[in-house]
Amino acid sequence: MSNEVNPNIHSTETSHADLHDEHHVHHHKETFITKYVFSQDHKMIAKQFLATGIIWAIIGGLFSVLFRLQLGYPDETFPILETFFGRNAEGGRIQPEFYYSLVTMHGTVLIFFVLTAGLSGTFANFLIPLQIGARDMASPFLNMLSYWFFFAASVVMLSSLFVQTGPASGGWTVYPPLSALGQASEGSKIGMDLWLISMALFVVSSLLGGLNYITTILNMRTKGMSMTRMPLTIWALFFTAVLGVLSFPVLLSGFILLLFDRHLGTSFYLSDIYVNGQILPNEGGSAILYQHLFWFLGHPEVYIIALPAMGLTSEILSVNSRKPIFGYMAMIGSLFAITILAFLVWAHHMFVTGLNPFLGSVFVLLTLLIAVPSAIKVFNWLTTIWRGNIRFTPATLFAIGFVSVFISGGLTGIFLGNSTIDIHLHDTKFVVAHFHLVMGVSSMFGMLAGIYHWFPKMFGRYMNNTLGYIHFWVTITGAYLIFWPMHYEGLAGVPRRYLDLSGWTSFNQFTELNKFITIVSIVVFAVQLMFVFNYFYSMFKGRKLTTTNPWGANTLEWTTPINPGHGNWTGEIPEVHRWPYDYSKDGREFIPQTEKVGEDESQH
Amino acid sequence: MAQVATATQTKWWSGGKSPFNLEYGKVMMWYFLMSDAFTFGAFLISYGTIRFSTNFWPDPNVVFNAFPGMGHANLPLAFVSVMTFILILSSVTMVLAVHAGHHNDKKGVIKWLFWTIIGGIAFLACQAWEWTHMIMGDLPVLVDGQIEKWGQTTAHNPWGPPVVGMMHEGVQVTTPGPVAFGGFFYGITGFHGFHVFSGVIINIIILIMTQKGVFERRGHYLMIEKAGLYWHFVDLVWVFVFLCFYLI
Repeated sequence: MSNEVNPNIHSTETSHADLHDEHHVHHHKETFITKYVFSQDHKMIAKQFLATGIIWAIIGGLFSVLFRLQLGYPDETFPILETFFGRNAEGGRIQPEFYYSLVTMHGTVLIFFVLTAGLSGTFANFLIPLQIGARDMASPFLNMLSYWFFFAASVVMLSSLFVQTGPASGGWTVYPPLSALGQASEGSKIGMDLWLISMALFVVSSLLGGLNYITTILNMRTKGMSMTRMPLTIWALFFTAVLGVLSFPVLLSGFILLLFDRHLGTSFYLSDIYVNGQILPNEGGSAILYQHLFWFLGHPEVYIIALPAMGLTSEILSVNSRKPIFGYMAMIGSLFAITILAFLVWAHHMFVTGLNPFLGSVFVLLTLLIAVPSAIKVFNWLTTIWRGNIRFTPATLFAIGFVSVFISGGLTGIFLGNSTIDIHLHDTKFVVAHFHLVMGVSSMFGMLAGIYHWFPKMFGRYMNNTLGYIHFWVTITGAYLIFWPMHYEGLAGVPRRYLDLSGWTSFNQFTELNKFITIVSIVVFAVQLMFVFNYFYSMFKGRKLTTTNPWGANTLEWTTPINPGHGNWTGEIPEVHRWPYDYSKDGREFIPQTEKVGEDESQH
Repeated sequence: MAQVATATQTKWWSGGKSPFNLEYGKVMMWYFLMSDAFTFGAFLISYGTIRFSTNFWPDPNVVFNAFPGMGHANLPLAFVSVMTFILILSSVTMVLAVHAGHHNDKKGVIKWLFWTIIGGIAFLACQAWEWTHMIMGDLPVLVDGQIEKWGQTTAHNPWGPPVVGMMHEGVQVTTPGPVAFGGFFYGITGFHGFHVFSGVIINIIILIMTQKGVFERRGHYLMIEKAGLYWHFVDLVWVFVFLCFYLI
């Protein structure tokens, strides 16, 4: 059967390519709508994801700064809070109930809308066709749909901020029974439904995107681009897509059952509940079941966020150290190991929520195993830059920053992965510090590194370097100043998700520290706004590129014109003859992938 | 030497061609089905955990014993067997449609696709009858010492343990059964039914496209193969749903 369809494939492929070539020639036919709004060009879709992600990052970040104000100064009133939140912060003080909404939305927005859609959506779309040598994604149409489902999810989530009873407030994990019962809290009313609808749309978007990324990488590589000649960015984005395609559907199942519990009187997650003086008839359900379904996505989600950042970092560090990546195959192997293990560790989030302790011990073992591939990657990054001829561009700095916070945050993961220690540390600021460093800040650093590095390819202009350096140093200093102290607070038992800790005399020792953290977070947020300014300003006014390959990089995206049209290459798609990491070899600074291997060339 | 040896065989993974010799849409469909399998897997595993943590579970031979037009005759699993047979038959006709597509036989594709659509609609109609029958049922259930007439809904289950020796109008009186039964039954068979429904819509679109000669002009009927993959998957899922709800 497969042999029969063979000629058809080639005919469709060539006609596909012809179509794009033709498209490229007739540029004037594109209208504003087809070029900037309903675009099927992967580069434009990537930019749409990035712009939407930036808007969400401002909203999600602003929420954290505003509730940080109250956390640092629990007795003070801030008129600006009332300006933003109206009756939810009457008299300039955040209502305790509304505080839950804010942390919930902060988490949801940053994890899903910024670091999943904003990161994967941007760089998978932008880099996959460019770096593997394809004219576009396998299905440009589904790719466009992927963005518009994300857009729809964004609209629904945004609208939930404005409903009378407020947005979802059960934490980003929305555990039932709290999230299942409208009478349990204000945020569990319409806000919770909108949250679930938005996330369902988000899952569809992620599925459409992920299928495209996988298929494009497998099917559309240019001639000579074997799997082991792909840049590590592509490997990382490939595994990210696999993780998303296999874990998001389980989350969707969990959400569907939750919607049923909310509206159809079922008892999947509910049993023996007494709320507001009323005994509910539900019985036989299990709240733990939801947690299993949620964390079966929830944990891979951490790697959906982290792997793209790892891929971007690998590429940027190699290019800017003018050295081949250290341990290319080990990097792929550890990405693969992380992908497999990501599916086998979810219950370490549930050590103290009623999980069988014997089951817990298995998950401790599997969790600690992840330290092995993670450490391999860290050492490979360090050995890549070791004795390199490093160009300290803002992208390089952010990539090094990624490695730094990934180590710092990863080490505390070893504490939390042990169920015995987790009993003490669970739901404390220690956890907050851990995951903000290891996946929040580090992935954000990977994303920022990627933006600084590929900005010239995206817009044909450079970003401002001085602002970039200020951005980096303030952000990394700030990140450590904010989250390092939180470890101590957590060890002392300060719980997370509490608005006001002044009731505990034992926590009074942290009053000044909390003020300090708040001030630093305001500074860091201001610097992010400066980055946003730099981004949009440079789009129109930045220094123009004069060469197609400003970083002297080997990968294919730098063989395209400075402002590539739809179809990426004006002529034939280049053929690939070597791996992408031939830097400082045989007396040459870099050898692009398109160059044939010489007769007397040394082996890498 | 080594180069001579490799030159004779095709390097599938070295780029420039699909390593599976498959068109992109089919690769995409396979990955989508894998993803969808996880959705159903999550549902069925959830069902399993709840069911086996519950002391009592209704006997499928008692719950599913009705047949349209047969009144109160006790025909355990007869109707669902018919449904399953219809769905499997529709898979057979789908295979024939794909086969006709391979031979660029437009008439054959139209014929077999038509019968596949009929099979899908027939299955959905059966499911609609089964659901209606269960929801509209009026079984005597002893609640707080009173006999109430219950159907099977998402919030009520009349199939609990029987009250020994208590009959009502010739029917055995029961106590309320596990609520989770209805939720999972309607949830999972409904989600599967939604897949069948989507499949029918897809098949109808493709039938129209075939009739208009779209694939004839394209020179191949790959679209039928992709729809076929989906249809067989939905069929396979039913086998598991059937196993978990009706047989175990």
